[in-house]
Parts: sequence; structure tokens; C-alpha cells
Amino acid sequence: MGQLYMGAPTAIGLMYWGRKALDIPTRLPQWDRWLTRLWRPALVIMVLGVVIGGAVINWHDDLFMAVVLCAGIAIGWELRAYRPALWMAVGLVPGTSLLVLELLLRPFTRVLETGAVDNIEGLVLCWAGAFLLVARSIAKNQQADVAARQAAEQEQRTLETQSQTLEYEVNQRTAALSRQTDELRATLAELQATQDQLIQSEKMASLGELTAGIAHEIQNPLNFVNNFADVSVELVAELAEERARPTRDHTLEAELLADLKQNLARIAQHGGRAAGIVRGMLEHSRASTGERQLTDVNALADEYLRLAYHGLRAKDKSFNATLKPGLTPGLPSIQAVPGDLGRVLLNLFTNAFYAVQKRQQGGEPGYAPTVGVRTELAADKLKIVVSDNGTGMPATVQARIFQPFFTTKPSGEGTGLGLSLAHDIIVQGHSGTLTVESQEGQGTEFTILLPAH
Amino acid sequence: MKILVVDDEPDVRLLFEQRFRREIRSGEFAFSFAYSGEEALTFLREHPSEVVLILSDINMPGMSGLELLRHVKQDPLPPPPPLVMMLTAYGDTETHAQAMQLGANDFLTKPVDFAALKEKLHAIPSL
Repeated sequence: MGQLYMGAPTAIGLMYWGRKALDIPTRLPQWDRWLTRLWRPALVIMVLGVVIGGAVINWHDDLFMAVVLCAGIAIGWELRAYRPALWMAVGLVPGTSLLVLELLLRPFTRVLETGAVDNIEGLVLCWAGAFLLVARSIAKNQQADVAARQAAEQEQRTLETQSQTLEYEVNQRTAALSRQTDELRATLAELQATQDQLIQSEKMASLGELTAGIAHEIQNPLNFVNNFADVSVELVAELAEERARPTRDHTLEAELLADLKQNLARIAQHGGRAAGIVRGMLEHSRASTGERQLTDVNALADEYLRLAYHGLRAKDKSFNATLKPGLTPGLPSIQAVPGDLGRVLLNLFTNAFYAVQKRQQGGEPGYAPTVGVRTELAADKLKIVVSDNGTGMPATVQARIFQPFFTTKPSGEGTGLGLSLAHDIIVQGHSGTLTVESQEGQGTEFTILLPAH
Repeated sequence: MKILVVDDEPDVRLLFEQRFRREIRSGEFAFSFAYSGEEALTFLREHPSEVVLILSDINMPGMSGLELLRHVKQDPLPPPPPLVMMLTAYGDTETHAQAMQLGANDFLTKPVDFAALKEKLHAIPSL
């Protein structure tokens, strides 16, 4: 009857445990192929032990164990770079040596089966156990280290990924922003071009309003020039006639000569007046050079008041208004851009006439449309007040009249730029102020304050 | 014959005085001048029954020539009622019709043709 020898199965068990603990399949795949086949001889030994039994089988059983242990030492040495493997190998060396020695000696002597040998075996097992524990703790520590390192690396990778993502997003945003900036810049340029065009068309529109007034204003002086010239021809003829008489009337001759002289002065004066109007018109339509020059505000106010009045009259023949010029004589001339300032005044006058015309059309009995302009020196400021007794404006409208494109006129009648440009011209162009006071149903007063020096 | 000229241009006075100097000298015409509609009405009230003809501009600040015309034709002025000739730079049909409807006796456009005006004045029977 055989016996159940546990050496081979134990060796296989140890082998599988060690194989797993040291991760042999990945570290030493060639060795592993042999290790995984070891169960076959172990099985053979076990079966033979059960069937036959005896000392020879027992010896082979122990030999198998010795072979497996030697393989373990060899693997441990092979993997010595991995500290737990080395420790395992060192731990196995004494036990294996003892086992091999005992195997070699067993056929010859029974001396080793004494208590002393048992003690040595116990010591050797303790040794192996201690080294395996150390190996295990080192392995655990290393595993923990590796895990920590991996975690750190993972974190690092995550961070890098995140930073890359962020960088990508930042780039995207930057690109989007710069694209937007470009678009905005283009839009701004477009708007500026449009604004320039609008300013020009506003100028042209106000020139249109002026045309009729200008025609009338030029017609009058031209009539005088023609008439005084005609009359002077008659006077000269009469003078010649008088001189041909035998008895000359010296008083009459002197009178005729005085008249002639006066007429020539009138011709010059009215010619100058017409020329001035044409010059004003050219200044008005020309793109402003922005050049300041000494400007007589009274003359400018008077000229544009009449131009605006006749301009409106040309459109509405039935319209009539009282002009109330309250120009303080002897005001100092100021540094201003006459074309620009004229445009402001024209705009204020045109608005004033529009307001009184609207109120007149309301059919109020006893209403006398009146538009006035006052100038005066207040401290170191020159004050120009344009007043009307027209429809006036509610506070809500007053608050917005200097905004671009705000207009109360029906669409097509006003650009909504007149007062906005006027405000710019006074405030930015002349360092002055333009303010409004108005009572609904009573009238409106615009006040321009300009530095007098 | 007394003629009242109404125009806001002061130089009109010089012009008329020279254009009609022979007639003035001979005493055929006598000119008075007013520089606004209001002034003209005041003159008419202060010099009753003197003025035979009013020559009035239409486009004047304040009271326009047409309003003056309406006053002259409708207000109770001492007789005889003066004739009114309108003078305007805006010789459009609308203004013309309006003047005629208000009772203007004639309508001339500026620039004034003084030869034609003279003929018209001579045609008025002096009172």
C-alpha cells in the first residue's frame, strides 16, 4: 500500500504562489512556460506515491521539492534587481541547501534524522519565513510607492491634459476675440465713413434749405446794383445836358454829382453784400478746414437769420414772421470757424422758424410768429441766444434733441443730425456750450456760450 | 400825387428819389417812405386822405405786404381809398392770386422795370 506524499503538491502550491507574487508571467515569460508544466511530474510522483509508495518515491518527492526551491532561488537571482525577489532567494538558500544535502546523504545514512537536524530545519524555516516576510513588506512598500507614483503620474497627466485643454481653449478664445476685434474695427471704419457721409449730406441738406434764401438775398443787392447803375447813367446824361446849357445851374450840377457819388458807393456796397452771401454759401458747403479766424458774430447771426427766414419763405409763401434781432453793437470778434458757426446758427434758426410755423398752422388767434437772436458779452463769454415763440418741447424731447438721429420732424424732413452736429461744433470745435430751455406751447431758447478770447 | 412806398430796404428811398427826380422836382409826384407794414399803416392814419397810391413790397419782416393790403382794403380809412400796387421778388401765381383776391390794383415783380412803372403811374388820373 502506497503513501500520500505532500512534497510535490506543496512544491506546486508554493511555486504557483511565488509565481503570482513575483509576477513571473510578465517578468520572465520563458521561465514561466516551464513552471506551468511542473504540475505533470508532481502529479506523476503523487500517483506513484499513492500506488507504490516507498523510500525511493519519497526521495523523488523531496527531490521535486528541492528542484522547485532551486528554481525559486534561480528566479530570485535572475530578478535580483527587484528587491523582494532577491530577499526571497536569500531566504530560500539555507532551506534548499539543507534539503539538497539531506537528499544526497539520505541513501547512505540515517544520521540526519536526529533532533539536532530538526532544530536546524526549524531555524532554516524561521530564516526563510523571516526573509519572506521582509520580501513581502518590501514588495508591499514598493507596490505602495508604485501606486503613489502612478497616481502622481496620473495626476500629472491629468494636469497636463487639462492645461493643454485650457491652452487650446485660450487659443480658441484669443482667435475668436481677435476675429471679433477685426470685425469691430471694420464695422467702426464703416460707421465712420457713414458718419462722414451723413455729415456731408446734412451739410448739403442745409445748403438746400439755404438755396432759396440765398437766391432772394442775392437778387435784392443785384437789383440795387442794376438800378443804381441805370440811374447813374441817367444822372450823367442829365449832367452833360446841364453843362451844354448857356446858363449852367451850378447847384443842380453839384446835386447831380453828389447823387452820382452816392450811387457809386451804393453799387459798391450792394455788390459787396452779394459777394458776401456767395462767399458765405461757399464756406457753408465746403468741407470745413477747421481753421479759426476772427469772426464777427453779429454779422454772422444777422446773415443766417435772414437766410433761414427767406429759405422757409421760399417754401411756404404764406409764412410770415417777425424777426427780432437784439444784437449788441460793438462786440469783440472771436476766434471761430465761420462756416461751422454759421451752420450751427442756420440750424437753430431753421428749427425756430419750423417751430413758429407749426404753431401758426395750429390756427391760434392773435398769434404772431417771432424769431429772435440776441448777442451779448457775459463775463468773458460771448452769448448768442436764439429764441422763438413756437410750439416748444416737452422735457422728454429736450433731453434727447442733441442725440444723433433724434428728430421730431416727419421722416424725410429731418436727418436728426442737425442739432447733434451743432452741439459737436460748439462743444468740441469751439470749447463752448450749447443749451436749451423750452416751455411746451410757449417757445424755445437755445443759448450758445463761446469763449470771448 | 402822393405815393407811399413800403419796403424794408432803406435804399429803396434813394432809388425812387433818383428814378423819379424829374417828376419830384416838377411836383408831379410826391413820395413818402415806410420801412414796414406797421409803419405804413401809422403813416396812413397820421396823414388821412393824402396818399393816392401805395407801392408795397410783399416780403417784409413783421407785417407782410399782403397783410398791409388787407388792412388798407378792409379797415375804415378816411376816403378816398388809396390804390395799392404790390411789388415782389416772388412773382409766383399763388402770391399773385392772393394779392388780387385781397383787392390789389396791380402786381409787379422785382426787379422793377421803372420805365413801365412810370407809365403806369402816369396813367393814374391825378386827383
